[in-house]
Amino acid sequence: MTTDASVLVASVAPRAARGTGLDRAFEILCFTAATFLLAALGGLIVSLMIGGWPAFAHFGIGFFFSAEWDPVKEIYGAAGAVTGTLVTATLALIFALPLALGVAIFLVELCPAPLRRPIGTAVELLAGIPSIVYGMWGLFVFAPWFSKHVQMPIMMSATPGTLWETLTTGVPNGSGILSASLILAVMILPFMAATLRELFLTIPPQVRESAYGLGSTTFEVIGKVSLPYIRTGAIGAVMLGLGRALGETMAVTFIIGNSHGFPTSMFASGSTIASTIANEFAEATGVLHTSSLIALGLVLFVITFIVLALARVLIGRQANL
Amino acid sequence: MFRKIVVAFTACLALSGCNRTEDAKAPSQGVQIAGAGATFPAPLYAKWAEAQKAATGLALNYQAIGSGGGIKQIKAKTVAFGASDKPLKPEELEEAGLVQFPTVIGGVVPVVNIPGIIGGQIKLTGPQLADIYLGNTKKWNDPALVAANPGVKLPNLPITVIHRSDGSGTSFLFTSYLTAVAPKWAVVGANDAVKWPTGQGGKGNDGVAGFVKQTPGSIGYVEYAFAKMNNMAHVRLQNPSGTFVEPTAATFAAAAASADWSKAPGFYLLLLNAPGTDAWPITGATFALMHKSQANAATGKAVLSFFDDAFKTGDEAANALAYVPLPAELKAQIRSSWAAIVGPDGKPVFIPAP
Repeated sequence: MTTDASVLVASVAPRAARGTGLDRAFEILCFTAATFLLAALGGLIVSLMIGGWPAFAHFGIGFFFSAEWDPVKEIYGAAGAVTGTLVTATLALIFALPLALGVAIFLVELCPAPLRRPIGTAVELLAGIPSIVYGMWGLFVFAPWFSKHVQMPIMMSATPGTLWETLTTGVPNGSGILSASLILAVMILPFMAATLRELFLTIPPQVRESAYGLGSTTFEVIGKVSLPYIRTGAIGAVMLGLGRALGETMAVTFIIGNSHGFPTSMFASGSTIASTIANEFAEATGVLHTSSLIALGLVLFVITFIVLALARVLIGRQANL
Repeated sequence: MFRKIVVAFTACLALSGCNRTEDAKAPSQGVQIAGAGATFPAPLYAKWAEAQKAATGLALNYQAIGSGGGIKQIKAKTVAFGASDKPLKPEELEEAGLVQFPTVIGGVVPVVNIPGIIGGQIKLTGPQLADIYLGNTKKWNDPALVAANPGVKLPNLPITVIHRSDGSGTSFLFTSYLTAVAPKWAVVGANDAVKWPTGQGGKGNDGVAGFVKQTPGSIGYVEYAFAKMNNMAHVRLQNPSGTFVEPTAATFAAAAASADWSKAPGFYLLLLNAPGTDAWPITGATFALMHKSQANAATGKAVLSFFDDAFKTGDEAANALAYVPLPAELKAQIRSSWAAIVGPDGKPVFIPAP
C-alpha cells in the first residue's frame, strides 16, 4: 500500500512542480499584457499633451471658447468642432434610442423563436459595416433622397421670418448637421440594440412572469417592470452609443459639409472634432496647425473618456443589483 | 533568444522600408526605394513604378500620405524622396538641406451644375471666380455674370459654393490662383486649407464632385484628371492674355511651356496665370524632394534613375492618366540640377546619360 502511494507521489510530483512553473509564467504573461495596455494608454495621453502643448500655450484657455479656425492666419479654436461633435452625437442618440429600444424589446419579448436568431445576427452584422461605407452611402444614396423627400419639403413649408425658418436654412443637397446625425444614428443603433437586448435578458423570468400573472399586458410589463429594472444599465448602454457617436470620423466627414464655426441651423454645414482632424492632419505643415489638431484630439479623448467612465459606473451598478 | 528576436525584428523593419535611407550596401539591381507624400501624383508614380519594376527590377514603395506628410517624412529622413504639390521656397530648401524638382503637371478645373448649361458654356474671369468664392456674387443671373456670358441663359438660381474640406494641394493651387488674380481674396489667403468665407466642404475630389452633382446651382473645383474622367461640366477661364481657355492637356502644356523655369531658383515656380495665349490659368506641377547630401549614394542614385527613366519613357503613361508630362527643355534643366545631389564622397550620385 505504502509503495503504491510513494510510486504515485513520485510520478505526480515533477508534473506538479512543472505545473506551478507554467502557472507562474502564465501569470507574468497576463500581467505584462494588462500593464502594457495601461502603459500604452498613459503614453497616448502624454504624447497628446506634449503634441498639443504649443497650441494650449499659444492660445491659452481661449482655445476652448473660440470658434475661429483659420489655417492661413494660424488662428485656431476648438469651440466650433466641440459644438458640432456634441450636437451631432446627441441628436444621433435621440434618433437611435427609441429604435434601439424597439429592436431590443421585439427580440426579447415579442419575436417568434425561429426569427430571433436571424434578426439578432443581422443587427450585430450592421454594427460591423465599416464607417467609410456608411460615409459613401450617406453621400451618394442617402443625401439625395433626404434632400428630395425631407429637406426640401421642410424648407419650402417654413414660414419666412420665423425661428423655424432660421433652423431650416441651408444648402438643399442633403448634407449638414441633421444628415450627419441621422447617419450616426444608423451607425450606433445596432450597438445599442445589442447591449439593450443583453440587459433585457438579465431580468429574472420570475419578475416578468409574476407581472404577467397579475394580469398585466405586454406593454405594461415592459413599461412598468422590465424598463425600470434595467434602467441604470440602459443609461450605460446609451452612454456607450454616445461614446461611439462622438468619435465617428469618416461617415461624418463625408456628409456634414465641413465648415468651421458654430452651426446655425439643422441643415447647416458643420464640423466635428474627428472630421476636422481627418480632413486636415495629413496636410498640416505648420507647428501650430499640427499642434492644434492634436490638442483637438486630446479634447475628444477627454470627452469620450468622461462619457465611457460614466457608462462603466452605471453598467457596473446594474450588474451588482 | 531575446536578441535573436530583436535582430529579426530590425531586419523586418529594414526590409519593409521603414528605414530605407539607412540600409547600406543594397545592390543596384532589385533595389527598393521608399517615397512618401502627395496623393495627386500617386497613381502615376504607381504606373511608372510598375513599368520600371518590370524593366530594371527597381521597386518603388510610395506612400500617398499627403504633401504635408511627405515634407515631414523627407525632413526626418525616413524616406528616400518626399513628394509635395506645394513647392518649398528656396530658403526653406536651404534650411533643410533639400533640393526639389517638378515631376509632372496637373491643374485645377472649376466645375458647375447649372440646369441647362453644358461644359465650356460658362466663361469666368479670375476676379469673378473670386467674387463667387467670397460669397459676393450670390446668383447665377448676377448682372456681371450675365454680361460676361452673352447668349447663355443663366437661371435665377442661388450659387452654392463647394470647396475641398481636406487639406490638399488642389486647394493650395486654387486659392493661390485667386490670390494672384483678385486683390480682394487677400482676406482669405492661400494655403492647402483656408477659412472659406462661404459654402460647403466635400472630402476629396469625389466628395466635391458628389456635392456638385447633387446641388443644382453649385460650383466646385477638382483636379483636371478627375473632371475629365467624370465628364463634369467645366468652366472656361480667362487667362492673362484675355483669352477664355478650355482645360485640356494642350492648355496645361502651354502653361508649362510659357513659364521660365531657368529664372526660378530651386524650381520654386507656380505655373498660375502663365502668360501664354493658350495657357490654362490654374496649372501646377507636383514636386519631388530629396536631400542634397545622400548618406547612401546607392539609394540616391536609384531615386534619380527612377525619375530619369520616367522622364524618358513615362510620358505616355502620364497622358493616359490625364496628367501633363513636363516639356523637354524643363526635363533637361532638371537633369542638370541633379548634379547638386551628392553622396558621402562629395560626387554626384547619379549622372544622367546624355
